[in-house]
Amino acid sequence: MVVPEGQTCCGQPADNSGDVATARAVARGLIRAFEDCDYVVAPSGSCASTLRHRYPVLLADDPALAEPARALAGKTHELTCFLADVLDHVPAGMAWPGVAVYHDSCAGLRELGIKAQPRRLLAAVEGLTVLDAAEPEECCGFGGTFAVKYPEVSTRMVEAKASDLEATGADLVLGGDLGCLLNIAGRLRRRGGRPMEVRHVAEVLAGARHVPPIGAPGEGAGR
Amino acid sequence: MIPRSATFRANSRAALDNPELVRALGTMKTGFRQKRAAAVDALPEFDALRDRAVAMKNHTLDHLDHYLESFADKVEAAGGTVHWATDAEAARQQVLEICRAHGAHTVTKGKSMIAEEVGLNEALEDAGMRPVETDLGEYIIQLRREPPSHIIAPAIHVSKAQVADAFRAAHGDLDPARELDTPRALLDEARAVLRHDFTAADVGITGANLLIAETGATVIVTNEGNGDLTQLLPRVHIVLASLEKVVPTLDDASLILRLLARSATGQTASSYTSFSLGPRRPEDADGPQAFHVILLDNGRSEMLGNGFREMLRCIRCAACMNHCPVYGAVGGHAYGWVYPGPMGSVLTPALIGIDKAAPLPEASTLCGRCEAVCPMRIPLPGLLRQWRARAHDQRLSPPAMRRGLAAWGWLAARPRLYHPLNRLAAVALGRLGRRRGGFARLPLAGGWTKSRDLPAPEGDTFQARYRRGARRP
Repeated sequence: MVVPEGQTCCGQPADNSGDVATARAVARGLIRAFEDCDYVVAPSGSCASTLRHRYPVLLADDPALAEPARALAGKTHELTCFLADVLDHVPAGMAWPGVAVYHDSCAGLRELGIKAQPRRLLAAVEGLTVLDAAEPEECCGFGGTFAVKYPEVSTRMVEAKASDLEATGADLVLGGDLGCLLNIAGRLRRRGGRPMEVRHVAEVLAGARHVPPIGAPGEGAGR
Repeated sequence: MIPRSATFRANSRAALDNPELVRALGTMKTGFRQKRAAAVDALPEFDALRDRAVAMKNHTLDHLDHYLESFADKVEAAGGTVHWATDAEAARQQVLEICRAHGAHTVTKGKSMIAEEVGLNEALEDAGMRPVETDLGEYIIQLRREPPSHIIAPAIHVSKAQVADAFRAAHGDLDPARELDTPRALLDEARAVLRHDFTAADVGITGANLLIAETGATVIVTNEGNGDLTQLLPRVHIVLASLEKVVPTLDDASLILRLLARSATGQTASSYTSFSLGPRRPEDADGPQAFHVILLDNGRSEMLGNGFREMLRCIRCAACMNHCPVYGAVGGHAYGWVYPGPMGSVLTPALIGIDKAAPLPEASTLCGRCEAVCPMRIPLPGLLRQWRARAHDQRLSPPAMRRGLAAWGWLAARPRLYHPLNRLAAVALGRLGRRRGGFARLPLAGGWTKSRDLPAPEGDTFQARYRRGARRP
């Protein structure tokens, strides 16, 4: 496994804002950085979807990069898809007692078809019960720059999401997209309801209990 | 109607602060969604029907001139008259001309979004005529003098009590002490009042859900029966329809009808599906003496070639707005013109210009639920992206946002600069925020932190930790 240093961001903020030239410039660097890899795995549905679905469109008319963009799209996988569908991985010896609710991010759910994969992986984690919210397909209101362009609308949406998640009775919110998780964790902390931990699904699959949940006080794992 | 789409953000704030609207939208959302889901679940071939409808409509749009001419020929052969209107003004003038020629005073109207698009009621009033909306929802908003907030439920934003207020104000000749607390009482009163207008009307105007090229028939679907009374009782029937409503055959029409009611209200079919073709024939029991069809372009033929052709497949079922979390939060008026929700955010810029509607394509998280439920598989998020790109190219997006993106993009294309700066931010924000876990306030992030914390980074970047060999979390 390698983590190429030539990679930066997938360019989604520019692409979603209609700044196609900037998105293309960022995409070019990324395509080169991953050229030698057989698989590209991203712990984010929206980033993986940008590589899979947007790059081939953005670079369709670029004679040098159209084909490499398609090749990258074909070998890019979101993390839980890669673990469940490509590797057929079953987490062994992992335990995480508690009740979790899984948040399906929109890009993962509707652009990559991610629904069963994380639940299948989590089902093998001992002691963990995974619930669904009442409106599991509703957007959390993040939407990248949407959250700051229309903060009032975004807030109404994430408030609805927070209530829905809280109503499940779970003490842990899991998801596969950092954008959604930042939004949800930020709102849960601000509204001050029942305390719920918010984590990326990878943290549970790796048994990283000592890492503080998103937005929670802690020493931080990086030091 | 003067567009207010450019002030979407201010409009949306006002909407979020309106408790009656919030209540109405809450019930609307769950009702429409559950009913559609049940109807779709009950029809195993729903997705196959969608595919057939998409192919049929794409074919029709590829040969639109042919099918429109064929439709017009059939209408004329049946004794009707077809008028071609290039824009809203032309359509208004054609309606007024017909009404004047028949000495019209009272003009009844079935529900028509095209009439809203061209601002027909104002034009009729200015010409001294009395337009009367006969769809209950349209009647309510006509009394309240406001535009529809939803394309199939125009008064969805109005509470029962507000309807009662509007009726008391408008129906001054009725007993002021009458009971108007139940939907039934409101409905009965509207029916009694409208009954007089149905029989008094000189001209009836309806829209059309479909125009059938092989027969020349126009089709409307209603649940109240008001459409039939509007088009059968007056001396003159005017159908006001936009070009893309045409389908080749009767079978194609029934294909669309099977998708339309299920996607809209979850019904297998609407209560009334009414076909009109030409004026009354000698053997007919009823029907108008004159039959006119006005075919409105108003920017649609341009959409055939400007990248937004797929939007012309829209059958106006409203499934996209019923499932849109943004529409569900702010309602239809915030969008500032005739068509709200995802379909409106694509169509409005095409019809009134992106310069007057630039905030609309941005009013979406691109969550994709609209595309997932669209019976005509219109790639709405993709079309919203196209508008964003055009708005960016025309410099219609906020300058600060543009500059920020350009600077960030410059950096993101330079990993040797990007990584150290990213790391600096991660370390600094991690140190500053770790005690509390997140930031309640942060310079330049007010849009975020006003209503939510910004979670602090853990203290270093993944890249740096990986380089150090920190393979285990």
